[in-house]
Amino acid sequence: MNATMTPNRVTIQEAAPVKKTAIDDVVLDCKVRKIHYGDFLAVRDSNVPIARKQITGFIGPSGCGKSTVLRSLNRMNDLIDVFRFDGQVTYHGKDIYARDVDPVVVRRYIGMVFQQPNPFSMSIFDNVAFGLKLNRFKGDTHEKVEKALRGAALWDEVKGKLKNSGLSLSGGQQQRLCIARAIATEPEVLLMDEPCSALDPIATRQVEELMLELKENFAVALVTHNMQQATRVADKTAFFGVDMSAGGRTGYLVEMGDTDQIFNHPREQLTRQYVAGEFS
Amino acid sequence: MARHQFNISRSADSVSAPPSSRELTTDTVFRGIAWICASLIIVLTACLLFKIGAQAVPAIRQHGLGFIFGTTWDVSRETFGVLPEIWGTLYSSFLALLIGGSFGVAIAIFLTQEFISPRLAAIFRTIVEMLAAIPSVVYGLWGIYVVIPMLRPISEFLNAWLGWFPMFSTDLAGPGLAPAALVLAIMILPTVAAISVDAMRRIPYKVKEAAYGMGTTRWEAILKVMLPTASSGILAALVLGFGRALGETMALAMLIGNSNQINLSLFAPANTLASLLASSFPEAGQIEVQALMYAALVLLAITFLVNVGGLAIQQYTVRKFEGKR
Ligand SMILES: Nc1ncnc2c1ncn2[C@@H]1O[C@H](COP(=O)(O)OP(=O)(O)OP(=O)(O)O)[C@@H](O)[C@H]1O
Ligand SMILES: [Mg+2]
Repeated sequence: MNATMTPNRVTIQEAAPVKKTAIDDVVLDCKVRKIHYGDFLAVRDSNVPIARKQITGFIGPSGCGKSTVLRSLNRMNDLIDVFRFDGQVTYHGKDIYARDVDPVVVRRYIGMVFQQPNPFSMSIFDNVAFGLKLNRFKGDTHEKVEKALRGAALWDEVKGKLKNSGLSLSGGQQQRLCIARAIATEPEVLLMDEPCSALDPIATRQVEELMLELKENFAVALVTHNMQQATRVADKTAFFGVDMSAGGRTGYLVEMGDTDQIFNHPREQLTRQYVAGEFS
Repeated sequence: MARHQFNISRSADSVSAPPSSRELTTDTVFRGIAWICASLIIVLTACLLFKIGAQAVPAIRQHGLGFIFGTTWDVSRETFGVLPEIWGTLYSSFLALLIGGSFGVAIAIFLTQEFISPRLAAIFRTIVEMLAAIPSVVYGLWGIYVVIPMLRPISEFLNAWLGWFPMFSTDLAGPGLAPAALVLAIMILPTVAAISVDAMRRIPYKVKEAAYGMGTTRWEAILKVMLPTASSGILAALVLGFGRALGETMALAMLIGNSNQINLSLFAPANTLASLLASSFPEAGQIEVQALMYAALVLLAITFLVNVGGLAIQQYTVRKFEGKR
């Protein structure tokens, strides 16, 4: 205890926190008060700032609302009629849930990779070029498609059959195709919901490298059940827990901080137990 | 044949067990019934073809291919040709498909893409499906008393102003192609709409999510993602609708004018194979009946070709879009 306290005090005197706040350039500031599905309170009181040039990891037990929060960040949940969002998600100083904001525009800048692969029933090439066409991209589509497929570690497997249907690929390949589709337009923020859950260790590593590359310019929010993955790539980690007290299973943010701090010096008992694998 | 039962894996504390012999018998019986029903359809089709074919043989011998390219149907001189009827059949069905098909697909989009509440959509859908239950002769009467009088001023206007255009080169004197095609369009609408609705409904939710996740507007999602995804089902709907239009008899016999001519004009009277059969049979002598059987064979062949062609296109889109071998 003493050992950790002393350096902390020292760093405060050395004005390190000033440097830290300078790095934390928050693009997407999510302040959830309550998220409901119908009458069911799914998530409450969670503030998750997503910073540029960082990967923000979301961890927590199944059903705690990680996907729900992530999908609130680009208004994907608007597709569900019973969904109700109470809170604020500020993107470049503007609440994306404000009346005068069109969710379509939000989703053009905040891309998403879903928990389950969902390629379109069209060719591999058209899948990746979809966003480019949608955004009226005028340059070299081929070059962009190849770059995106390389980024998603899929190029070598599909370069000879770009005309084949995206649905003819294996599950893991489909997931990487979806990643390629999402990164082709280089959105400013990329939301990834367990992008590696269907991938083998090699592809997982490649996708992780991609994320590290992407964060050079963009902000990435990553939901993962893989603790090693979180420690490998995430700069910040948000740990969500489930609160059973109010009758339902309501998810909430237990704590958020530097990945190193969450895994090595968690402030909360719950976090300590979870990252140590003492319950799930 | 006794199958290996892996009895070695059975133990007291496991529930797993092979299917009982009764389950196996039921399985065999069901398979047998399914086979019999399927073969019956083939036998029935074969019988039908054989019967019609046999009766048509004298006419086929006598007229040969000239029957298909001939343009007169004159019983007294025993000259028979069905080219105008083939033309009328294809032209009216094609127009009906154009109108009924686009409306049917539009209705399917309207009913499935959350333009209206699910309950209202269900009511709408029932109404559309009810159209299929209206008897053909009622459609015919409706065509005579409502559609023809309604189209007449339009046809006169179009003929007066755009008469140089072949499709408007005549006006509507009474029955004709346009009212027939219009009524036919309404008749195939429920088929196209119902099957397209099912095709759109089968699109998994995650596909819609993917589309909106890319930042599409609703129309972009529908046109660029939903329709291509449902394309094989929608094509099947269109093929079925076209088949129905080709064979429709009663309403057409009442509305198309039964005139043996090949005319591009929408408002000229025409004839179709089915209505030729319906209107000529009652008073036909032996020679004419043989010719009519030949005409029936031609209609069957057209329907068959359209279905096979449609199926081929559909398989092609399945391969192209869905990548199933
Ligand atoms: N469309 C929906 N309608 C109603 N309830 C939903 C819906 N989606 C999620 N929920 C509920 O919200 C809660 C949080 O779900 P969510 O999918 O966000 O969990 P998660 O943390 O992503 O879990 P996992 O790790 O298993 O993916 C769950 O209790 C779930 O039942
Ligand atoms: Mg999830």
